Amino acid sequence: MSPYEEIILDHWKNPRNKGRLPHPDLVGVEVNPLCGDAVRLELSVADGKVKEVRFDGQGCAISQAAASLLTELIQGRSLEELRKMSEKELLSALGEVIETRKNCALLPLRALRRALAPKA
Amino acid sequence: MDPRRVRQDFPVFLHRGDPHPLVYLDSAATSQKPIQVIEAEARFYREWNANVRRGIYRLAYEATQRYEEARAKIAGFIGAKPDEVIFTRGTTEALNLAAFCLGETRIHWGDRILITEMEHHANLLPWQVLAQRKGAELLAVGIDSEGRLDLEDFRKKLNAKTKVVALAHVSNVLGTINPVAEIAEAAHRIGAIVVVDAAQSVPHMPLNVAELGCDILAFSGHKMLGPTGIGVLWAKSALLEEFPPFLVGGEMIREVWIERATWADPPAKFEAGTPPIAQAIGLAAAVDYLQALGMSAVFSHGQRLTGLALEGLLRRDFVEIYGPKSQEERGALVAFNFKGIHPHDVATLLDQEGVCIRAGHHCAQPLHRRLGIPASCRASFYVYNTEEEVEIFLSALDRVWGVMG
Repeated sequence: MSPYEEIILDHWKNPRNKGRLPHPDLVGVEVNPLCGDAVRLELSVADGKVKEVRFDGQGCAISQAAASLLTELIQGRSLEELRKMSEKELLSALGEVIETRKNCALLPLRALRRALAPKA
Repeated sequence: MDPRRVRQDFPVFLHRGDPHPLVYLDSAATSQKPIQVIEAEARFYREWNANVRRGIYRLAYEATQRYEEARAKIAGFIGAKPDEVIFTRGTTEALNLAAFCLGETRIHWGDRILITEMEHHANLLPWQVLAQRKGAELLAVGIDSEGRLDLEDFRKKLNAKTKVVALAHVSNVLGTINPVAEIAEAAHRIGAIVVVDAAQSVPHMPLNVAELGCDILAFSGHKMLGPTGIGVLWAKSALLEEFPPFLVGGEMIREVWIERATWADPPAKFEAGTPPIAQAIGLAAAVDYLQALGMSAVFSHGQRLTGLALEGLLRRDFVEIYGPKSQEERGALVAFNFKGIHPHDVATLLDQEGVCIRAGHHCAQPLHRRLGIPASCRASFYVYNTEEEVEIFLSALDRVWGVMG
């Protein structure tokens, strides 16, 4: 019966890089108040690249699996490149995400963009 | 009442059947519409369309007659007089009207307004805004561990300063049927006005405003087989006389000068602008449909199906249920959660099998905070649902648990 690709169920049941960094350089938090989904991304940076990444959060399987997968996707990449990361890249890495739930899948990407945004 | 025959009157079940038959368990959000209602509304536009109350020509006269006949029929459905029935856009507008008008006439600085922890935002926010506007105090009566109203807490909070008690007849999340008559009696003893949000009760049970004992009652057309865009505010005549108008404009006046105006008598006084004419006629057709089934039969059908769902949910130890554990205390809905799984995941997986349930906070965030959960799943039942659909729903839940658990 699953519209959830195996990769979503796998990351949801076995989240990668979940937790906190002792001294993160960048932090981004995004919340969807309608459903209570929340994602926190923490990055440590060396030479303009992501050295370590952790996520923490709660919510539906799609938002949490997407956050877990995103940590793998961004590991080692330059911040400059990640600022241009597209929604399509994350969605296609997740396999098929049904239309009604794309917003859940993109919550961690919004958290990443928040972390990378120039500080005021 | 045979739901399999009832279903045949609902075109949506014919149109949506692929790849699975539509199992629609979200009637508490909005009900499906029988062909009789769709046709009644269409027929108005085809044969009688004109604006009401002001045309001299025969077509306008007939439109006005149909509109007022609809009002009389809907009034009769709840045991009210036609002049006490105001058409609004829905329950939300009706409750806003009630709160605004009571604010103008009855609520002053330091007064108390009582609501409950289980209110839909539509019966919370109008009172919250009113309390802020007037410097009044808004308090919520608590609930017990099974989601029943805490009557001891109610008696403690009901004091001489209490001017309004506003509560849901049936909770849209817990399903609890509240003892409105008992609460109204206590509230009336200290002279408070009792306002009832009947959005989840009028569609499902025989209801008579005099027996219920409230002063004001609000409900929506679209949850009782009728069109969207129409609802009802019922209030005792004396209150409607006392209230100032809520919206002002066309069709609600007696005489207008540049610097002042006088108002029409109720109900016109509260129906500024062109009213939802076709929708009123559609709602009257919905009342006809429900009365032909018989409201006692509608109620017992809802009780039987919800009781089956409740039993099935209680048997599954991976499910947590909110609200009373016995069906006698409930309306035709049940809210629940899977342990450790977000309700949106449950709803998405059920949707793959054609099972439509609601997942979210159901416009009751303070209640969900009180229950300590961000959201919940809700299944609700109506005249077109069958026992077989309850079984499909329950076995689909097992498959969700198989995937996610």
